[in-house]
Amino acid sequence: MTVADTTVKAPARTPTERLMRMVGRAPVHIALVVIALIWLVPTIGLFITSFRPRGDIQSTGWWTIFAGNFDLTLENYNAVLGADLASQSMFDAFLNTLQITIPSTIIPLFLASLAAFAFAWVKFPFRDTLFLSIIAMLLVPIQMTLIPLSQLFRELGLIGTFFPIWIIHTTFALPFGIFLLRNFFITLPKDLIEAARIDGASTFSIFRQIVLPLSVPALASYAIFQFLWVWNDLLVALVFAPRPAGLPMTTQVGALLGTYGTEWDILAAASFLIMVVPLAVFFSLQRFFVQGLLAGSVK
Amino acid sequence: MTAATTPAEAVGQPRRGFTGGWSLGASLFVAPAVFLLAVFLLYPVVTTVILSFEPGLNNYIRLLTADPKFLDLGSFPPRGALFNNLLWVVFYTGGCIVAGLLVAVMATRVRYEAVIKAIVFIPQAIAAVALGVIWRFVYFPDERTGLLNAVLGVGGIDPISWLGSQSWVNASLIVAGIWGSVGFVTVILSAALKGISTEILEAARVDGATESQILRRIIVPMLSLPISVVAVTLVINVIKLFDLIYTMTQGGPANASRTIAFSMYQDAFASRNFDYGAAIAVIMMIILIPVMIFNVRRFRAEKVIQ
Repeated sequence: MTVADTTVKAPARTPTERLMRMVGRAPVHIALVVIALIWLVPTIGLFITSFRPRGDIQSTGWWTIFAGNFDLTLENYNAVLGADLASQSMFDAFLNTLQITIPSTIIPLFLASLAAFAFAWVKFPFRDTLFLSIIAMLLVPIQMTLIPLSQLFRELGLIGTFFPIWIIHTTFALPFGIFLLRNFFITLPKDLIEAARIDGASTFSIFRQIVLPLSVPALASYAIFQFLWVWNDLLVALVFAPRPAGLPMTTQVGALLGTYGTEWDILAAASFLIMVVPLAVFFSLQRFFVQGLLAGSVK
Repeated sequence: MTAATTPAEAVGQPRRGFTGGWSLGASLFVAPAVFLLAVFLLYPVVTTVILSFEPGLNNYIRLLTADPKFLDLGSFPPRGALFNNLLWVVFYTGGCIVAGLLVAVMATRVRYEAVIKAIVFIPQAIAAVALGVIWRFVYFPDERTGLLNAVLGVGGIDPISWLGSQSWVNASLIVAGIWGSVGFVTVILSAALKGISTEILEAARVDGATESQILRRIIVPMLSLPISVVAVTLVINVIKLFDLIYTMTQGGPANASRTIAFSMYQDAFASRNFDYGAAIAVIMMIILIPVMIFNVRRFRAEKVIQ
């Protein structure tokens, strides 16, 4: 350690100095603990509630389990997964959410990466104009399209199927996906792509064998962002999900809120069924997840 | 050897017209995306605008002068969805940025920074529907089971019907919304904070600046670009705010917590008043245009920096 360092940073050396520093930082630690509690307690409270018997939930707070009121059950999950509480069970709704979310993630991932590749590496007429027009569409609120689309899908005879919801999620994911992926693709080394071309690789095989494998982080971020967006979507599902048997979990909980607005046993368990997959994604793929959400903040 | 692989083309000699070195057929890569965007985005946008003018300006006149659920200037403070959204823009955006910046600044000073950021960020993963249930439960009026009223009860305060009273409902919703978004602000500003040289901060400390002076005079001015980017994102989100209102209050009590997006859904799809709903969507779009212009400038600026 140099002399200059010690004069500038003056690190605490003796136990007394260290103690002084800790005391000096105590307000920061206290504030951060309070913040952590404010952000954890509401969710934990509902989580505990989802395992409490109905009678207990209505008469005592969830926090009383820490005072010995420790009577937990899986009955609430049984109830929401098994019984048709609002035209279908949460298990059916879970399957519907999967059926909506998986195509609505894979199709735009494929179409956006195709288009983004062309915008990055293929020259064609009006390319830049087209790209700017697509960027402009990034900013259109979905409310600007819902009414004509509901009429269009009725004329096409698609109401009652998952097609409208797949098409809308795909279409609205494209501008952001093209923007994000094109900006990633143009950073790939030009020499690599030129070399492949000289070796006689077709445009599509360059895309599939060079560009896509090198872009896994960007593709993963986009896929995760889109997956969570659709998984958590309420508005498009309210308007276009097939009724009564094709509703995803979000609209199902919306319906439960209308019927069972204060029955926390049902609501808590149903809410955690929506949350479990996104939270699993969060804890297992945190890096891609954060990148995807930050990149997606423009959407 | 086929024509497509001649070295002359590989160095960029145009094969035909202004298509550059690669075949025009490659533009088929963009065809599926362009088709979907034209049919399912562009066409409906144009149709919505046309629909909103049926008949004439009537929908707009009614919205801005004769629909107290949308805009009520007759009382003080004003009421209605448009005014509620203004409250959201000011207090939600401001609250998120202040709280997010404070958390980011404090977190950089401790070793468990990553843990704090993760905890605050978790609500980003949660569906707004679930977030709505979580906060309905926190706000539940029964002081035996509702967390907030139980905590206030310890201090001798009588239970408040947070979501059932017209004077509390918007503040309560905004707090829940801030809780959901602070993590996003913290993560972005914390990354930007790492870009400020520690020498500047140390120099200020050596010169005797207090921590609050450092925050106000150094950190905030140096982070003004990321802060404005975050603010724009939050404003865009809040003008589209729907899920939280739908799950927590359904716009009530007595339409006191409606937002623009909630009104649009309610009038267009619950009341089947399509041209009226279209007019609300157009107003939403008009409000977003200045924000969009700012955003487009930002994209351009980012390109220059890169």
